[in-house]
Amino acid sequence: MIEILSDTALATVQDLGRTGALNWGVGTSGAMDPLALAAGNLLLGNPAGAAAIEIQVFPFLVRFTEPCAFALTGADCAARLDDRPLLPWWSGAATAGQTLRLGLPTGTTWRASRAYLCVAGGIDVPDVLGSRSTQLRGAFGGHEGRALRQGDHLRTGTAAARITGFGAMPPALALPLERGGLPAIRVLPSAEYARYTAASRAAFWAEPWRITPQSDRYGYRLAGPTLTPEAPIELRSHGIVPGVIQVPHGGQPIVQMRDAQPSGGYPKIGTIIEADLWRLGQAPIGSRFHFIETDWTSALAARDANEAWLAGLDRLAGLHRMRSAAR
Amino acid sequence: MTVPVITLLGTTALLFDAPGETDLPTQQRIWALALEAETWPEVREAVPGMNNLMLAFARAPRNLDALEARLHQAWEAAAPLPLDGRLIELPVTYGGDGGPHMADVITHTGLGIDDIVALHTAPEYPVFALGSHPGYCYLGGMDLRISTPRRKVPVLSIPGGAVSIGGAQTGVSASSGPSGWNTIGTTAMVFFDPARDPPALLRPGDAIRFRAERVIR
Repeated sequence: MIEILSDTALATVQDLGRTGALNWGVGTSGAMDPLALAAGNLLLGNPAGAAAIEIQVFPFLVRFTEPCAFALTGADCAARLDDRPLLPWWSGAATAGQTLRLGLPTGTTWRASRAYLCVAGGIDVPDVLGSRSTQLRGAFGGHEGRALRQGDHLRTGTAAARITGFGAMPPALALPLERGGLPAIRVLPSAEYARYTAASRAAFWAEPWRITPQSDRYGYRLAGPTLTPEAPIELRSHGIVPGVIQVPHGGQPIVQMRDAQPSGGYPKIGTIIEADLWRLGQAPIGSRFHFIETDWTSALAARDANEAWLAGLDRLAGLHRMRSAAR
Repeated sequence: MTVPVITLLGTTALLFDAPGETDLPTQQRIWALALEAETWPEVREAVPGMNNLMLAFARAPRNLDALEARLHQAWEAAAPLPLDGRLIELPVTYGGDGGPHMADVITHTGLGIDDIVALHTAPEYPVFALGSHPGYCYLGGMDLRISTPRRKVPVLSIPGGAVSIGGAQTGVSASSGPSGWNTIGTTAMVFFDPARDPPALLRPGDAIRFRAERVIR
């Protein structure tokens, strides 16, 4: 069991998301940084999509009530197990009674805003409609359908002994993408792109966008140049996905994130490619970034690069466990 | 728009938008198209919207042209698929604290509150599709005289049971959450329970009628 010691809210149980329930109006949820969640699981020898704790408000403290192998990925939070500092993107083992403390994310190596605590066997919460992710709007999934609170006890999956003490290079360093000194995020134009003025389309790619404080797991409200359509656009409701960049009539875009609803009707100027959604999921409130235009072939190449990176990590972790076991 | 339009939602899904005015026969063809498309290997889920269909990819295909051609062919072959359903009546309190944007609808349409309530309670609204949030239904059949554009800035949270108008559509929120629609009233009804099978109360083919239980002027 893991006991939550913090009273800071907004940490949730997440996996890689809920598929198959869109026709009941149920969105996908899932980790804001699926690469970090998958990597943490692979370090432990878990399936890539095992449930973990996503942490976005710090400091965050948990106590292990029994021995537990764990991995920390995502933001570098200068974590400590009791008094012992832990490396970021690293796996470790706690004994019963030890306390894990995650501090504020550091910006020294790479900037990120969300951390993932993965445990051997995954967080053991019920599978609801095909996933263990927390569905905040529907108040189901995850731990009791809500964010974690002080005093919550979470069970971990079958806790066979795991070999730990190794880590991975974070994808922010292994798969960097920047323009003009700011993080860059690749976008495919969407249905209404051509209906925006030439000046708006040019500004969309050229100007940096700032993530406003009105941003959360549902969506990021951005601040930047005003995007103006040639004529007012009123659409019929249709399916949307995390990564869709909607433009309400006010002209400031909203990026739908992992808790996004599965349908909408605001005009869509573009959609962040699936391979880059983790980059925005880790971008801190107040930070700036660029959108860069991509095409189908490049977008699939980006997916392939992510998958190759995860496959390499899985292979290395497996070799390391084999070698350690043989010693 | 006279031919269907296929556009991308990044690498996650594509969107098929049927031509013409929004109507039930077109939606019945969308239901038929969804039933077929969800059997294709590239497709993880086929999700009807309002006279449109989203295909979420099982895995984004290298060759989109083949999938798009197949989709166009299937649409040409799709006959309207009527779905049998139930009629559910929802008592509504219009206006007041539960209908904070009624004034905006009055301003936009130039109609009085009684006219708006009369026009809103008149039709049987067929459930076209589910979406937005767990258990929420998109309804057809709203009288265009009470159409009101979505709000310039979405409201951060409207409560469950909120009856609202967004563009040429109306609906009832099934739980509290953000919305860009104009809330004109409120009702009490449980639309979704994850422990139920199926979890949603309503499905395409059902219909809703609103009854004015009270009008707060």
